[in-house]
Amino acid sequence: MTGSIEVVYRGIFQKTLGQRITRGIVLAAVKEGRVGISFGRYGDSPERNGIPAKSFAVVADNEEDLQTYLSRYEPTDNDVTVAVDDTLCKGVESWAWYGLQPINKLTRSGGVVLTTSMQSPEELLEDCHRKDTEWSLAVLKGIASFSGLWVYKDDHTDVRVLGAIARLAPHVVKLESVEAAIRDEWNDELKVTSARKAYERVEARKVRPDEGNPERPYEFQLPKWWEMKEGLVIPGIPVQQDVEGWEGGYRPGRNPTFKKFATRTMRPVVDFEICTKCTLCWLQCPDSCFDVTPTGHYDANMEACCGCGVCEAVCPVENCITMVNESAFGDNASQFEMYEKDKDTYKSWLKGKIEDKATTDRTHGFQLRGKYEEEVQEIIREVTK
Amino acid sequence: MSVSTKAAPAADQEMLISGCAAIAQALRLSDIDVVTAYPIRPYDTVMQAVAKLISNGEMDAEYIVAASEHDQFEIVKHASAVGARVFCGSSGVGWMYAMEAIAVTPALRLPMVALVGNRALDDPGAFGCEHNDALCVRDLGWMLTWVDTAQEALDTALIAYRVAEDRRIFLPCAIGADGAFLTHSEVLVKVPNKEKVDQFLPKYDRGDKMLHPDNPITIAPQVNEDWVMEIRKQNDEAMRRARGVIQEAYRDFHKIFGRQGGNPFVESYMAEDADVILFGQGTLSLPVKVGVRKLREQGHKVGFVRLRWLRPFPTPEVQETLSRAKAVGVIDRDYSFGSPNHGAVLYNEVRSALYDLPKRPHVISFVCGLGGREVTLDSVTEMSEILLKVAKTGKVEQPNYWIGVRG
Repeated sequence: MTGSIEVVYRGIFQKTLGQRITRGIVLAAVKEGRVGISFGRYGDSPERNGIPAKSFAVVADNEEDLQTYLSRYEPTDNDVTVAVDDTLCKGVESWAWYGLQPINKLTRSGGVVLTTSMQSPEELLEDCHRKDTEWSLAVLKGIASFSGLWVYKDDHTDVRVLGAIARLAPHVVKLESVEAAIRDEWNDELKVTSARKAYERVEARKVRPDEGNPERPYEFQLPKWWEMKEGLVIPGIPVQQDVEGWEGGYRPGRNPTFKKFATRTMRPVVDFEICTKCTLCWLQCPDSCFDVTPTGHYDANMEACCGCGVCEAVCPVENCITMVNESAFGDNASQFEMYEKDKDTYKSWLKGKIEDKATTDRTHGFQLRGKYEEEVQEIIREVTK
Repeated sequence: MSVSTKAAPAADQEMLISGCAAIAQALRLSDIDVVTAYPIRPYDTVMQAVAKLISNGEMDAEYIVAASEHDQFEIVKHASAVGARVFCGSSGVGWMYAMEAIAVTPALRLPMVALVGNRALDDPGAFGCEHNDALCVRDLGWMLTWVDTAQEALDTALIAYRVAEDRRIFLPCAIGADGAFLTHSEVLVKVPNKEKVDQFLPKYDRGDKMLHPDNPITIAPQVNEDWVMEIRKQNDEAMRRARGVIQEAYRDFHKIFGRQGGNPFVESYMAEDADVILFGQGTLSLPVKVGVRKLREQGHKVGFVRLRWLRPFPTPEVQETLSRAKAVGVIDRDYSFGSPNHGAVLYNEVRSALYDLPKRPHVISFVCGLGGREVTLDSVTEMSEILLKVAKTGKVEQPNYWIGVRG
């Protein structure tokens, strides 16, 4: 019998985490006398800042079953899909899978999506796209385990996920073999405890086909060879478009199929009251994601923003642009339109977003030196309690 | 740079010039826009000849001395993308050094014309002729042709622009010219007047693929595994179309200039009724033809077929000209170490082309003239005698011979 695990992670920041989870599955399977492979979804994307990327583990009873998978980029019937950042529940998007891939797309019928999150399953279900068949959503309580460039944050998220998988898919790996593999690989009893606690605490909830985000994720067809322009020539994007519903204003042309919001872990929220319209955010945004409003404000377009945070970094007005965790948002609606419609409602909405430390206190680790060391200890204390 | 140019001669001229200088004349007549230079023998005489034409005011082109062979090809690649007619070239290890740029050119469908002054690949530091340098682009999507005289070098350069820049093709074309024997030897060459060339060669029009502010496009974006097969298939189709476009170009060339009237792909010399045929490319055709004539005088039915275009490979012509013979000897000025039968490159191409024929000749590999070693009349006689014996007995004693190697 074959079992497979998919780990969806954020490129660079969680690359080692993803790899350690899938390696752990194989090491555990070997303890059961089975065979397995652990591999990264090959492509350029895993090396890019925050782009969704994947690792896989496939285990089988024998070499022949395993070899069926050896020349695959992606197993398509995973027993468990792990999202090590809960904002990935909004969908997966990169250069290597076209359009927006729902997080449960490659989860087999009856399989489980497992995510580390502080949100409830109900809140996460608003993000996860609907699936034709029944599936389960499991939440392992915890914040996303992010690290800075190439830095690994050893906060037990890897072994916790392994423990949770043993509970959710015992036919893939059993807890005893996970524990044995952790002892062998890391020689750390505290990690074994973490895995066991996760095994005990993880909870799964069945999801019916009529539950979840009803939106149809955007997709596009790959062209046939004779439909493509010869010579690797791609037509330019038209420079300017009017903004629908606005008198005046300006929206730069954007590639409708290029990477979009699924690469985002945080998004900018703008306080239009104190904005001086200095244009710096607009000029510096690497993806031209700001629409210029008829009033000369800059409205970060959430269909285009990849959440890099450059706008926040260059904004000269204190607290004018604040990066807020993507999980705090349910849609990609225009902030400026909300502001125009009702300024008071906008102000209280803004206040709620930027004053919640749980959603703003999140970085990719390149801003605060030494922060991880403290955080790691705190998380370990919490999860092994 | 802009210089005033002298009026081009109105009439055809006959000039005593080297093969490289003949190419330079073709570049002048083709009104190339950008040429790059980085010295390596034996290709370097073409850049010297072009420099002289520009300094004499006979030609107006951007002449860019590059920092390396690799830079040379990058420069013309990008110049071609903005609509410039370009020329570049190199030899031996220089050509190999540029390989990264050379390899990606076909996918971008940039019709650069390049000269490979064929030279042995170092080490040892040999300057002599060997075809392995140019053959490295055999499988990359470049069109590849070999010339045997300075006259053919000039004519082929004009034809190469016409074919490469045809919108149905847009592929780079490399012209193989034997180092020293062709590049550095001066012979009488008919240089046509500009008017005739203009009649033959239209302006390079890149159409909607031209990189220009008025035509905002991206060229060569990052692609991943989901796009590569389609791009390769497009190149394949262009190469398949090249066969017809080459035939058109030679037909028009013959009409306008009165030369190059035979089959564009192969030259068949006394091969129609031959029992045995020698097969090869480049300047060795000259002594081989003399040898064939001498053997014919002695009553031996020997013929010669010269391959002119290696890519696209002229399978029908090769099948037709060689299938009537009892034995074919493929003379290679190259080698493919460890290949089937320990034969050389052309040998394996020819055998592959003949394989599906119901009746096919024995094919022998002759490795000859490596590193600039001379292919002499004695070599031709030796090879012919081996073939005649095979034809007579119907037996192949060995599939491969090294001709002229000490030992």
